[in-house]
Amino acid sequence: MQKSLKKYAPFFTLPTLIAFIIAFLAPFVMGIYLSFTKFTTVLDAKWVGLDNYAKAFQDSGDFIHSLWYTACFALVSVVSVNLIAFILALLLTQKIKGTNLFRTVFFMPNLIGGIVLGYIWQLIINGILANFNETVNADSRFGFWGLVVLMNWQMIGYMMVIYIAGIQNVPDELIDAAAVDGASHSQILRHVTIPMVMPSITVCLFLTLTNSFRLFDQNLALTAGEPGKESQLLALNIYTTFYNTTGYEGVGQAKAVIFFIIVAAIAFSQLKLTRRKEVER
Amino acid sequence: MNEMRKSSKRIAFAVLIVLALLFFSPIVIVLMDSFKDKFSISDSPFSWPTAETFCGIDNYISGIEKTNYWSAFGYTLYITLLSLVVIVLFDAMTAWYVTRVKSKYSSILFNLLIFSMVVPFQMVMFTMSKTANLLHIGNPTGMVVLYLGFGSGMAVFLYSGFIKSIPADIEEAAVIDGCSPIQCFFRVVFPILKPIEITVAILETMWIWNDYLMPYLVLDIKSVKTISIAVQYLQGGYGSKDMGAMMAVLVLTIIPIVVFYLFCQKYIIRGIVAGAVKE
Repeated sequence: MQKSLKKYAPFFTLPTLIAFIIAFLAPFVMGIYLSFTKFTTVLDAKWVGLDNYAKAFQDSGDFIHSLWYTACFALVSVVSVNLIAFILALLLTQKIKGTNLFRTVFFMPNLIGGIVLGYIWQLIINGILANFNETVNADSRFGFWGLVVLMNWQMIGYMMVIYIAGIQNVPDELIDAAAVDGASHSQILRHVTIPMVMPSITVCLFLTLTNSFRLFDQNLALTAGEPGKESQLLALNIYTTFYNTTGYEGVGQAKAVIFFIIVAAIAFSQLKLTRRKEVER
Repeated sequence: MNEMRKSSKRIAFAVLIVLALLFFSPIVIVLMDSFKDKFSISDSPFSWPTAETFCGIDNYISGIEKTNYWSAFGYTLYITLLSLVVIVLFDAMTAWYVTRVKSKYSSILFNLLIFSMVVPFQMVMFTMSKTANLLHIGNPTGMVVLYLGFGSGMAVFLYSGFIKSIPADIEEAAVIDGCSPIQCFFRVVFPILKPIEITVAILETMWIWNDYLMPYLVLDIKSVKTISIAVQYLQGGYGSKDMGAMMAVLVLTIIPIVVFYLFCQKYIIRGIVAGAVKE
């Protein structure tokens, strides 16, 4: 079987491989190369060594600012999204009336696209801030909390679905046995349920973390980085460096490489963490 | 004990009701604002339309006209469906090959595909859009190549996990009965993969339908807009912002999503869980 299939490698893999090279592999390799050059179109690239990387950190400090802004945003969103999603999952596995309807309502925002989400929340947040004569793009703190609320609205349902599946997989006998032994609700939660759903927790933490780090559409629609560049997350900062600052394409590409390294590092450490746990089990 | 459980359930129910109302209210607010005239929306976004502010479907008419909504809807649908067909089929083929054939080529291809899932789009956005221009695929049909290339990581990953869990015996038997690998794939393997095909289709739809940046950079947006681009264009365009048209267009973008959700809820939930388990 393997032998006869092997001859058909072009038939089975070539369509994907060609698209993959065009859409990803070639652009990725070119992107790394271009981060060491100065260019406006791809063809006029001139080698400048580490200049772009130095410039990314030196010039005006908006990159460092967006790095911090993104890290804080990711931290707050990861904690709040997962906490609320987990509590909702606990409530929705108690056989309460209307569970399906609740699940539907909590999940729905997740399907709405980032641009649309951004404008929905711009309307609502501006409506609230109007009472204080402010708008969401007047202060980067408004943008920050706006993005956190938006992220919660969008991601809680998704994580809740994963947590519900995890909780439903905990064997009833285990919980009954703990109850017979006289464990209280909170003890069962701490010593039975949470350890048992640990795999779901790791997945959800990873998904919210990478999603927060990569957030772009919502940021663009809600504040577009205003005031100035103060509410720019990393992805938007890179985008504006590329397309709104002439002569800075190389710097933008260098920032993108740094961005990639950060996201890859997060993913890699997550992978290692899961592997280690799997060995323990 | 029973009394306590009953009252704790009542509290849980109350908490859920309050949260559900909070979750639902943004959509209700946008919906009611979409029927108010454009000047009263920013003045008092949280009030119901009154006799003075109610403007019927005027916002919908101007919103559809300003964004050329049906064209954007059509393009988005076209790009999404075509990409889905291509991704579901070609990635099933690729995944079957790299999972069943143990070779250097298989493992390099598989690992590169997995690797691409980790790379943020900003890393390749500039070079990818230049490549797309160079190859003249900066149009709705050509974009399918880009979605296949960029979406293959997740799809092959999901497929491959599923294929590993089904025994190769059935396929071997088909080959012994005289099937060529191509016949074997289409008659035996592809039908077996149906559950995971649905998962792949759902997860890729959620991405492609709402995608903004890739089509924005690649398409000639003067003539071709997707829904996300049309919404962004309406707000970002010069001149005074028409909040009424905006609200109507927001509602129009949410309706197809709600319909999709209500019809496919079971598969969406299953798809997310399946995707997460294999993450």
